[in-house]
Formats: sequence, structure tokens, C-alpha cells
Amino acid sequence: MGWIGETVDSIKSIQIRQLFTQAISLGMIVTSALIIWKALMCVTGSESPVVVVLSGSMEPGFKRGDILFLHMSKDPIRAGEIVVFNVDGRDIPIVHRVIKVHERENTGEVDVLTKGDNNYGDDRLLYAEGQLWLNRHHIMGRAVGFLPYVGWVTIIMTEKPIIKYILIGALGLLVITSKD
Amino acid sequence: MHTFGYRANALLTFAITALAFICAIASFSDKFSNQNPSAEIQILNINRFKKQSHGNDEVSLTLDISADLQSLFTWNTKQLFVFVAAEYETPKNSLNQVSLWDAIIPDKELAKFRIQVSNKYRFIDQGQNLRGKEFNLTLHWHVMPKTGKMFADKIVMPGYSLPDAYR
Repeated sequence: MGWIGETVDSIKSIQIRQLFTQAISLGMIVTSALIIWKALMCVTGSESPVVVVLSGSMEPGFKRGDILFLHMSKDPIRAGEIVVFNVDGRDIPIVHRVIKVHERENTGEVDVLTKGDNNYGDDRLLYAEGQLWLNRHHIMGRAVGFLPYVGWVTIIMTEKPIIKYILIGALGLLVITSKD
Repeated sequence: MHTFGYRANALLTFAITALAFICAIASFSDKFSNQNPSAEIQILNINRFKKQSHGNDEVSLTLDISADLQSLFTWNTKQLFVFVAAEYETPKNSLNQVSLWDAIIPDKELAKFRIQVSNKYRFIDQGQNLRGKEFNLTLHWHVMPKTGKMFADKIVMPGYSLPDAYR
């Protein structure tokens, strides 16, 4: 009870000057998160530097809820690399391994075929209709690092939005009631 | 000042920082392992070699693969992804990599193996360049860690060639 009572008291005791300081500190938190994300985008050259694995198609290497760090360099794509790609007409990017590469002599343009480690067949069924190969522009990045389980936070939050609102509410309350 | 909220927050922050630090160290420790993998591949048989109806060459072959990759395992290794690819040049393409066989090795004890298999994925060229073609067989491996940085390397074995005529 003591904690809740103190919280209520401190909300009551808010003054206009304090309100501004808190609004600014909240703004700082949000913007610094944004700065970190954008900086990561610049460093890795990938439009989404961190992705969450959503399917089991790369098990047992990557399970649902693991997160991957992506890097998009100018280096040519080679067989065996785990790439994240977008297929025309699909919203959600896919993380799979490259199994075939054919690179043109002059232009350097590549034809790439991918497959999930845990899938029986290659990815031609996932590609747009009639598409046999992925090209450079489909590929958003290659996976370079791996962290288990952390992605569950975002999976839970997208599937159970109520938890997201509770969490945001709690954080907001914490910021409002903090006195430093 | 020392409310429940503050203490919980401080504890959580510290726990996450410590965990992140331990993960980083675990990943970094992979750099100090001694690696001396070895591999040997023989082509036992060309099972089939023909031109497909729509014009591309296709080969089916049987491989004898033996490898010792035990030294790649460290305490931060979750699994090894191993594959054998045929690599060759054609007038149209400066590089063709066609994966022929792959496997996931979950355990150090299984990392020394010998296997005789026909190609798991179809060996199809983009064109009709495979007759008499010289190519490399490359054993690639990807070390997938329990946490942290993934790394990969390969052993290139040159000097394989395909027959001069379809069969």
C-alpha cells in the first residue's frame, strides 16, 4: 500500500515546472532510442539492423523469438550466408540460407536461391509466382550475430497488445512520478 | 528515494547489463580457439548427366565426403552447418556456386564423419557449360554460436572435372 500511496501523493504534488522537466526527460528517452536505431542503420547499412525470427524454418539454428543482427555491405553474396530478403508481394521479410549463387561476368548481378535449414525444399514456392531467383535488390542484409530469446518481448507485444499498453503505462507512470 | 520501484528498476538494469556483458565475453572467447579442420571429397560416380528439356545441363553424382571438424566446437557453439558446393566459372557467369549436400552437426562427437551420398540439391547449370567442366568442390562451414557472432570458413578442393559427353 505504501508504494501506491506514495505514487498517488507524488502525482498530486506535480507542479507546472516539474511537469515540463519530466516531459523533456521523457522526450530525451524517446529521442535517444531513435538516435541509437538510426545510428545502427547507418553503421550496418541495413534498413532494419535487428530482426526477430518469427518462424521455425531455420531451426535448430534460429528459433522463434531469437534476434539477429544484420549487416549489409557491398561484399558479394556467397553460398552459405544467411540473408534476409523481401519477396515482391509479401510484407514480412524472410531469413534463410543461400544455397545457390550465379554471378554475372560483367555486371556483377547475381541470381540467388535460398532455403530454410529446417525446410525440405528450396524457397521457390515462397517467391513471387514464376520467380526462380532472388536478385541483389531483394536482399536486405545478411545475418552476422545472434542473441537468443530476446525477441520474445516483441512477439508477445505484437500478439497481446494489452501487455504493450500495460508496459507503456507503467513506464509512463514511472517517469511522471520520478523526482530526479 | 528508495522505493520498491527504484530498487526493482536498478536490479533489472544491473541484471540485463551483466547478462549482456557475459554474452559479449562468451562470444569473444571464440577467437582464442585453435582450429585445424580437415576434409576430403571424392566423386564416386556420375549417376546421370544430361541436358534438360528446357536447355540447362544437369548432373547427378555420388560423393564420398570425409571430414574432421571437431576442433571448430567451443563451449559457445550451438551447432555447425556444413555444406559442399560445386564452384566453377562459365563464359556467362564469373562465379557459380551450387550447393550439393548439407548437414547440421549438433554435437562435437558427430563432427568427425564419413558419408557417401548422392547430391541432395539438383546440380543444374545456367546454360549448357558442364561437359568437360573443371570445378572445385568446397566444404563450407558456418559456426552458429549459442550467443554472439557467427563465423564461417571453407576448404577449397580443386581439380574435379565432369565427363566430356552426356550419359
